[in-house]
Amino acid sequence: MPETSPLPSVIVLIPTLLRQYVDGRSAIRLSIADDADVASVLDGLGEGRPLLDQRIREETGVLRRYVNIYVDGEDVRRLDGLATAVPAGATIMIMQSVAGG
Amino acid sequence: MPTPATTLLAIGTKKGLWLASSTDRQEWTLSGPKFLMEEIPSVGIDTRGGRTRLFAGRMSWHFGPCIAHSDDLGETWAEPREGGIRFGADDGAALERIWQIQPDAEDRPGVVWAGCQPISVWRSTDHGETFILNRGLWDHPHRGEWGAGFGGAAAHTVLPSPADDTVHVAMSTGGVYRSDDGGASWEPRNKGISAYFMPDPDPEFGQCVHKVARDAVDPDRLFAQNHHGVYASTDRGDSWQSIAEGLPADFGFVMLTHPHRSGTAWVIPLKADGERIPPDGHLQVHRTDDGGATWEGSGAGLPQAEYNAVLRDAACVDTAEVPGVYFGTRGGSVYASADEGRTFQEVASHLPDVLSVRAAVVPG
Repeated sequence: MPETSPLPSVIVLIPTLLRQYVDGRSAIRLSIADDADVASVLDGLGEGRPLLDQRIREETGVLRRYVNIYVDGEDVRRLDGLATAVPAGATIMIMQSVAGG
Repeated sequence: MPTPATTLLAIGTKKGLWLASSTDRQEWTLSGPKFLMEEIPSVGIDTRGGRTRLFAGRMSWHFGPCIAHSDDLGETWAEPREGGIRFGADDGAALERIWQIQPDAEDRPGVVWAGCQPISVWRSTDHGETFILNRGLWDHPHRGEWGAGFGGAAAHTVLPSPADDTVHVAMSTGGVYRSDDGGASWEPRNKGISAYFMPDPDPEFGQCVHKVARDAVDPDRLFAQNHHGVYASTDRGDSWQSIAEGLPADFGFVMLTHPHRSGTAWVIPLKADGERIPPDGHLQVHRTDDGGATWEGSGAGLPQAEYNAVLRDAACVDTAEVPGVYFGTRGGSVYASADEGRTFQEVASHLPDVLSVRAAVVPG
């Protein structure tokens, strides 16, 4: 979906480690449809950026275990997962979880 | 830039990739890390056709696994944009880890194999840009009975024969499988390899083979380090015979063969399944020159006391006329031998756990 479309849009915040896939940008504005959910936002984000999408979702479409996504501050795992509705004007934050050693 | 005689050593660790280079295999220059905080369980160096391509099987705990390659000796790296190693939407599986990256024979330019977790074998015909899942193994009727070793369920060894369409694969746990038709079909080849941890210690498959290496001169000859047990086969894996006698222990992960001479192999024994340390804390590389009939250990240049294990792909040989032998420990030490494993010197120390090493003489 064009990033400059007059359609309703959301802001996606990109974590530092994934900015290599978006020319170093920390945030991307994406146009969304009226019935958008997190999965469709990720589809739009991954359009033309397959490597970015692969870092966020497994081949099966499942959100990677140690990647968290927040819609306006709410963890989508506590909502409807990738089917969580995304309203126009929302801020989608992608974060790596606290893990590792 | 390296000179024509440069040996490159790629060191994959639990927290990134280091590279070492040397013109005499005595003095080493270490650089890195690349991919900091990513595990690098597999590395590959493809020198076929006069060009050098480095491979790294990367694994980010956050962002998943991927394969990357470098055509400038590790200065810059790229991920295949569309291809790489990816299951299809209908496969119902996701790649977890790349355990093995194996360039094929010299006369099959562009062919690169990969062994992965979940248990799967992949083949590329375009120098590692695009990998195709091997359906013969993926759809194998035994799949439901294959298990997981402590490190995960993986095809960790892929050995295409330079002589014909034979391919051997080893998996933990599942054992050795062989294809006689380039990977179209696969049959277990574990007769003689013990699976002491199972109710039937001699099953058709289910063994926990840790590493298999092919003899460079006689491609029908194989050597295997098992989860307890060291074996050799002279009939392409149809049958295996124990060659553990003479070793201080029959447990370990490493099996290496000489790149030019028949019958020479190296192992690095660990005391036991339940005691994964060098026997008595005495790290030694053991070598046979007679197909496993006799073994000779050498610890020259290695520390007096070492209690870290050496993992299955954390050891390799290079392809020089007098081959070098290399290995790294889970304590982050890397050792190199320029005299076929008789004497060693330290290349690096205090790195993260060493998971994989590969070495090659590279053109400048």
